[in-house]
Amino acid sequence: MKVRVLVSFKDSVLDPQGQAVKNALHTLGYGGVIDIRQGKVFEIELEDISVEEANRIIPEISDKVLANPIIEKFEYQIIE
Amino acid sequence: MKFGVVIFPGSNCDYDTYFVLKDVFDQETTFLWHKEHSLHDVDCVVLPGGFSYGDYLRSGAIAKFSPLMQEVKEFADKGGLVLGICNGFQVLLELELLPGAMTRNKNLKFLCQHVHLRTENTHTPFTNRARKGDVIKIPIAHFDGNYFVEPETLHTIKQNDQIIFRYSEPNGHLSERANVNGSMHNIAGLINTGGNVLGMMPHPERASEAILGSKDGRIIFESIIHWLR
Repeated sequence: MKVRVLVSFKDSVLDPQGQAVKNALHTLGYGGVIDIRQGKVFEIELEDISVEEANRIIPEISDKVLANPIIEKFEYQIIE
Repeated sequence: MKFGVVIFPGSNCDYDTYFVLKDVFDQETTFLWHKEHSLHDVDCVVLPGGFSYGDYLRSGAIAKFSPLMQEVKEFADKGGLVLGICNGFQVLLELELLPGAMTRNKNLKFLCQHVHLRTENTHTPFTNRARKGDVIKIPIAHFDGNYFVEPETLHTIKQNDQIIFRYSEPNGHLSERANVNGSMHNIAGLINTGGNVLGMMPHPERASEAILGSKDGRIIFESIIHWLR
């Protein structure tokens, strides 16, 4: 099984890196870009387990290790 | 009295810290390797600056799972003195021994410069030789020093007098200009509610001898030694 976890800053946290990327795009003429939030993607390969089991483990891993819940949020999808 | 300086793979201020404690202050000091399961009866643990585990994932995020850090957590829970400097502060935040988290500096630059800190609370093992309002000049060297905390927690740490150092002008005036990394409430150093765990981004061990441009960092080590005596 393969799972993709996306970690990004909570809305209440400033993301200066995302801002810098947005400003660069504006400089290139992409004025229509309103906002950018930068995050991290983790692709996790798991031994074959049930979807229920994955739904238990992945949030646990994300909360404990992949994301810092004080500043970050996560979402995930089972891709394979 | 015995000090222990923790070494993670990627620590790079471990020898500076050891040198200051051992040679400048003439204190018994030992290194503690991150894979050990014992603190060897030290009275104060220092988590030095650097890039533990290459700062992979997040600064301090991997270090918190070291076997030694479980010992440090237990030691801190029992009231043992723990000082986290720079990356050491980041590790303490990840371990949740201190509240909040670090994000990238507001100007997205690695900042390596002297800053001024206003001492906010001197009733601590780490600042008892200072006077409230004292301004000290100590260098910083970090990429992720932009302190963030939820407003409710900020309110609590203010009420508990947990803020120990704030970035200020040389005259002690607090300003946005002095707040070089963008930290919330100009926070540079923070203590836990028990008063035995201090995290600070600036490096007192780099400001403990006149030849290095400032001796102001000595006050922190002098306070700890005085407290433990």
